[in-house]
Formats: sequence, C-alpha cells, structure tokens
Amino acid sequence: MDSQTANMAGDVKRHRLSTRLWHWLNAALLYTLFTSGLGIFNAHPRLYWGQYGANFDHPWLTLDRFPGWITLPALYNLSMSRHWHLTAAPIFAFALLFYMLWSLANRHISRDLAFRRGDLLPRHVWQDIKDHARLRFPTGQAALRYNVLQKTSYIAVIFGLLPLIILTGLTMSPGMNAAWPWLVELFGGRQSARSIHFITAFALAGFFLVHILMVMLAGPLNEIRSMITGRYKLPQARP
Amino acid sequence: MILTRRTLLLGASAALAGCDRLGRSDTVREALFSADNFHKWAQRSLMTRDALAQEFRPDQVSPLFRANGTANPNTPAYKALWRGNFADWRLSVTGLVERPLSLSLAQLRALPHREQITRHDCVEGWSAIGKWRGVPLKTLLDGAQLSDRAHYIVFRCADDMGGGRPYYESIDLIDAFHPQTILAFALNDQPLSVANGAPLRLRVERQLGYKQAKYLMGIEAVATLAPIGGGKGGFWEDYAGYDWYAGI
Repeated sequence: MDSQTANMAGDVKRHRLSTRLWHWLNAALLYTLFTSGLGIFNAHPRLYWGQYGANFDHPWLTLDRFPGWITLPALYNLSMSRHWHLTAAPIFAFALLFYMLWSLANRHISRDLAFRRGDLLPRHVWQDIKDHARLRFPTGQAALRYNVLQKTSYIAVIFGLLPLIILTGLTMSPGMNAAWPWLVELFGGRQSARSIHFITAFALAGFFLVHILMVMLAGPLNEIRSMITGRYKLPQARP
Repeated sequence: MILTRRTLLLGASAALAGCDRLGRSDTVREALFSADNFHKWAQRSLMTRDALAQEFRPDQVSPLFRANGTANPNTPAYKALWRGNFADWRLSVTGLVERPLSLSLAQLRALPHREQITRHDCVEGWSAIGKWRGVPLKTLLDGAQLSDRAHYIVFRCADDMGGGRPYYESIDLIDAFHPQTILAFALNDQPLSVANGAPLRLRVERQLGYKQAKYLMGIEAVATLAPIGGGKGGFWEDYAGYDWYAGI
C-alpha cells in the first residue's frame, strides 16, 4: 500500500506484486485443498479428540457425507482427493513461508499489518466495529490503510489459521510423526489434530465468506482490479 | 457487477468440474501422482533412518481395535489352514536371498520378539492403538541372507481381492530393516484374529494402514516392482491409485 503515487485519475498503487501473486495462488490452492479435503473427510465423516478414534469410539461430531458439488472429485474417490490435497498442500505451505519472509523483508508486515499505536485502544476498536456494522467504509487517504478489524483478521489468518492448518495436516502423517514427534504432542494426538484441521478449514471458509462480502460491499470491480493490477481508485468522501 | 449467491455457486461448481476434468488428463494425473515422491523425499530427509513411530502406554490402547479391508479370506485353502489352527501354514522367504526359508508359526514364535504399542492410521482417517508382538523382519532377512541386488520386499497375502487378484504390498529396504517393522502374530496379547490378519501380518509403523499386509503367506525379495501385479507395488496402488509411499 504505497500512497505516494496517486495519478490524475485518483488511482493509487495499492497492493504489492508479492501480495497479489500470493493472493491468487492461495485462492486456487485453498479452493483445491478445501474441496479435496472434504472428499477425504467423506471417507470417515466422524471426528474425535485424543490419540485414537475409530468406529467403536466416541466421536464429538458425526456428519453425513458432503455432497458432490463441494468435493473434489465430485464422485467419491479417496485416492484422487488425496492426490489433489497432497499435491496442493506443500505448494501452499512453502508459498506461505516465502510470503512471510518476503513480507518481513519488504516491510509489508511492519508497515501495513502491524498494529500502530492507538489501533488497539478500546474506543478506536469500538468505532471501527460501529463503522463496519453501518457499512461505512473509509474514504480518501484513510482507505489506503488497513483498519483495525482488517489487520486483526489478516494477522489471525496469516499467523494463526494458516500455520495451524499446515501443522495439524502434518500431524496426521505417520511419517511426520516419526520425524517430528513434538507435533503430535503439541496437538494432543492425531485425532485431535484431525479435528483441529477440520475446524480450522471451516474457520478459513468463514473468513473467505466475510472477505467476499466485504469486497462486494466495498466495490467489487475496484477491489478486484487492485488485487490484479495493483492499482486502486481511492473512494471519494460522501457529500 | 452483481455477484449473487447463485452465480458464486455456479462458478464454484464450474471450477470443480474443471478440476475433475483436469484430474482425468494424463499429464495432470502424472503430476498429481508424483507428489508422493516429494513427500517421501521430504519425510526421509527430515527423519533419521531409524526414527521410531510413537509408542504408547498400555492404558492408551483402543478398547476395540477396528479391523478393516478383508474380514476373512474365505478361500478353501485359507479355511483349511484355519481349521488346522495354522499348524500347516508356512511363511516362505524367497526371491533374491541366498537361503530361502519356509517357517512355521511355531518356529516364528520361537524367534526373538518385539512388542510395541503403536497407532494404526487408516487412509480413511481413523486411528486405533494396539499392542503388537512379532518377529522383526530384519531377523528373517538376515537369516535368509538378502542379496545385494534386492531393493524391495514384497508381501504375498492369502486374501483374494476378486478376479484372482491376491492382496499384496511392498516396502523398500529402509522400512524393511527398521526396528519397528515386525511380522506380528499377536494383537493385545491374543493370537491374531482372522479379521486382523491371522496368522501373521506386517507392521510397518511409519506408514498408513493399507501397507500393513494381513494373512501373510510369503515374503519375496526383488530388485524391481514392475513385473509384480499391476507394477505399482501393491493391490490398492494398482487398482485404486493409492500412493506407494504411505507416510502421509
């Protein structure tokens, strides 16, 4: 988000190339991972807490199979779901790692994502919540900065949910259990890790829905264009 | 631009249909299937050769150990062995070995044992913890004097998966000589039940359930997996496209 290059049309340079590339790569990968993940889940649609869990054990959640319109492939095929999932997963994990390092190096994290002094004052947070509830989005120069709810959700996703879903995914691997035994200890067992993986996937799906809603409310063309070309038209203040 | 929920859903299904179609292209399938090589390489790089699978305390064992796959081979030959309490059963160790072996259950039981309480992870997602007792595979391979030309160990099973295709599996020598890789004849201090693979099954603890071949009849040391079965190294690998390296 650089504000110094505003041109005559009121366009500004908004998203860095690294952010834009990662955004669209993630869109494709998370979509593949979510849908193939539901396909894998369908092989045993029960979730447990602890080290073990199978048909004779007590599940905390039992679901019907997810329907074909949301699974990859549409027709139940555990092998193909796993191939999609396990191909996309390492690309997704390394992309996150590179994005984190890149964003640290180009100061995206410290400039744009880190909370600034005053951001977390209750009065400020409350004001932001009220603005969101009234769908009153920032205009002019203020639209160039992430607001505190945006920062909170981006930080929670990048440094919370995404690493969590990668680590719980690795914890389900018997090979990784031998390589990194601390993983299974960290999550309290393979079946707990599977449950956390599932919950995190739906937390990300929730983020995705709110994210799409916000893009649509804030002006989808301008927002999508800014994520493709990097250029953003500054919203003008309401009269 | 108005995006309704309906167009979003249509878009999502169209993308999925696209992925489905991609999944049927040979090039894409080849790329997707090759991810297994990456996982094998990455996991083997991150672990020492003899890194152990987690072992558990007796109080952590699953109350009931779920059996999966073939519940009973039910072939006339297997039924005859079962009726005789497996007294006539023999495990053959053949292929690229200097001294082929043929071992009875009593002979296997007389060899040094290993006991391990480990977690069985099915490819479907469930897990069961059980206490296995058996002979380290290394003991048999050393006894049979494995040839330098051998790269894989193939496990031949008594269960016919239909159309005369017997179950089989294979592992490489890293897993074959791993200290937790045993040929188990007891589960939770009982002789192996028919549902769990009587009289003998493989435990290869750093991989998923379908590698744990049940109803073992023979072990064969080979240089390459290509001429065996469908050439992919195992029944599910051949017929369902499962990964040969099942560490993930």
